[in-house]
Amino acid sequence: MPHTKYALSAYYIIAMSEASSNLARFDGMRYGLRTEDHDWHTTFSHVRAEGFGDEVKRRILLGTYALSAGYLDKYYLKALKIRTLIKQDFEHAFKDADVLIAPTMPYPAFKIGEKIDDPISLYLADVETVPINLAGVPSISIPCGSSGGLPIGMQVIGKHFDEAAILRTAYTFEENTDFHKTEGS
Amino acid sequence: MYENPDGVMIGLEVHVQLNRLKTKVFCGCTTDYHNDPPNSHVCPVCLGLPGSLPVINKKAVEAAIKVGLALNCTVEEHTQFYRKNYYYPDLPKGFQITQYDFPISSGGYITIEGEDGEHRVGITRAHMEEDPGRLVHEGTIDKSKYTLIDYNRSGMALLEVVSDPDMRSPKEARRYLDKLRNILEYLDIFDGDLEGALRVDANISIMGGQRAEIKNISSHKGAERALLFEIVRQKNVLRRGGVVVQETRHFDEAREITLSMRSKEEAHDYRYFPEPDLVPLKISGWAPAIKATLPELPDARRLRFVEQYGITDDHAKALTSELKFAIFYEDVAKKVDPKIAAVWVCDVLKGELNYRDLTIEAFKKEHILSVIDLLLNKKITEDGAVDIIRTLLDKGGSPFEIMKEKGLLKVEGDIVSTAAEEAIKENPRAVADYRAGKEKALNSLVGAVMKKTKGRADARTAREMLLDILDKGV
Repeated sequence: MPHTKYALSAYYIIAMSEASSNLARFDGMRYGLRTEDHDWHTTFSHVRAEGFGDEVKRRILLGTYALSAGYLDKYYLKALKIRTLIKQDFEHAFKDADVLIAPTMPYPAFKIGEKIDDPISLYLADVETVPINLAGVPSISIPCGSSGGLPIGMQVIGKHFDEAAILRTAYTFEENTDFHKTEGS
Repeated sequence: MYENPDGVMIGLEVHVQLNRLKTKVFCGCTTDYHNDPPNSHVCPVCLGLPGSLPVINKKAVEAAIKVGLALNCTVEEHTQFYRKNYYYPDLPKGFQITQYDFPISSGGYITIEGEDGEHRVGITRAHMEEDPGRLVHEGTIDKSKYTLIDYNRSGMALLEVVSDPDMRSPKEARRYLDKLRNILEYLDIFDGDLEGALRVDANISIMGGQRAEIKNISSHKGAERALLFEIVRQKNVLRRGGVVVQETRHFDEAREITLSMRSKEEAHDYRYFPEPDLVPLKISGWAPAIKATLPELPDARRLRFVEQYGITDDHAKALTSELKFAIFYEDVAKKVDPKIAAVWVCDVLKGELNYRDLTIEAFKKEHILSVIDLLLNKKITEDGAVDIIRTLLDKGGSPFEIMKEKGLLKVEGDIVSTAAEEAIKENPRAVADYRAGKEKALNSLVGAVMKKTKGRADARTAREMLLDILDKGV
């Protein structure tokens, strides 16, 4: 699957670009937070400044940048093309396999707050799951072991609309193992 | 050949509301909101509430293709929606769903009556988009203490028809708008009388300058006025040695002037990108079936009227320039001599309606048929017929009653000849003049006959009778 290495970058460009536009509706006009201002521009600016948290603002800014004049081809449209290639990678792989199996996360759970000031490493934690989202295929995550007392997840990925196969695979795995019965200690 | 001495180039962007559709373009809300209270026809989709998603209205796409075909455009293989991002209170989602690359149709034309005869105006493209809400102010926008928003209009299907810069005068721009509206009404997807049905942005440049875009034009006449002002303004700038810069200007309708809104540098970055919530539509297969439903368009109907009814091209043009008029005429022409019908419907009735600012709905077909019938049976004179039409428009009633009440029943035979004899006796001087070769003297004798019959005699009959008596009485 030659294109999955681009999945993380493509995913975040698409997600942030669309979020910057999707979240534009939170302007305080029809519902939600309303600040005490006297005109449209300061009202919606203050509503958005006060209502959104840091991560949301970060994504809106980056997404707005990626969609700006001169950058659309370079980032968003290129990311859409990568998305198509990734989808094709999966379709290709499913010619020889009914389901694919992969780790759900690159490492066991990290501590609360541990990566909060390092957004890039937070985004990197999604590296195993975003290709599935981009390809639009179904996937299920189930326990498959532990490391240092922390559970490890395995994802079973299936063809488009073939949820039955991944559920059957996961169920059969659980029937024959005990990982789902042990809690992390 | 029109010289176009100032090198005027005008291109128009016309927003056409597809207001004859039953529902809005991305939700099931009704389009029939014009008589209802504000915000009474809204839903999560057209209010842009979180979590709502658009669903394309197939009928709107079909209507848009229909317009494209009627404007001689090529319907594209596939079409796609885009988001145009900007903040404005009337735009609930913070972006407008519109089109950018892959518009629904492009590369057509409209034929208008130009400065030098028939003139073709190219249609660059016609693309679909959603209408924003409507902002309501107390009094004027700059004096109002608040802004109210009515989202009933939000999500109405719009078609933006973009022309090439092919118009060379404000008059041509107005004719283009008239023709476009005319074609749209024939297609039965559009009611031009509803508020906000047709909105115009005009681009204009003259030789040696850059183009200005004029916004806030609300009528065809307004477009002509704004463009006339703009040509004078741009010429004055150049004459003083200045530079006509690319900018957006606002038309102040009351003062009939344009004012600078923003320069090219201040232009927005709309961050267009493909709308992720709507898939691209493959429409190449749709066009043939829709083309088969295209009605006869104004130009075709005009040619047919000339051929089928033997009326003049001027009459045919005037009659077909409004669909309702064309239908009215054709119904009348099926029952009486079409040429006479053209004169009475086009020359007389249309003039009287325009004078009163009324539409054809104000007049009944049966009434014009009765009037023509009375006229052809020589019961009334032409003046009497005009009088009846005017009375019907001003006071109502029926043609026959009005004829009786006003005593318009034409007098003829003995009464006219008696009046003619009297007129000759009472006007020896005119008679002498006539006999001396002054043809005009006869007119005063005709006038005398008309006076005696209180206008109820037919002028031509009176003239003939006078000549008859004068010739005999030598």
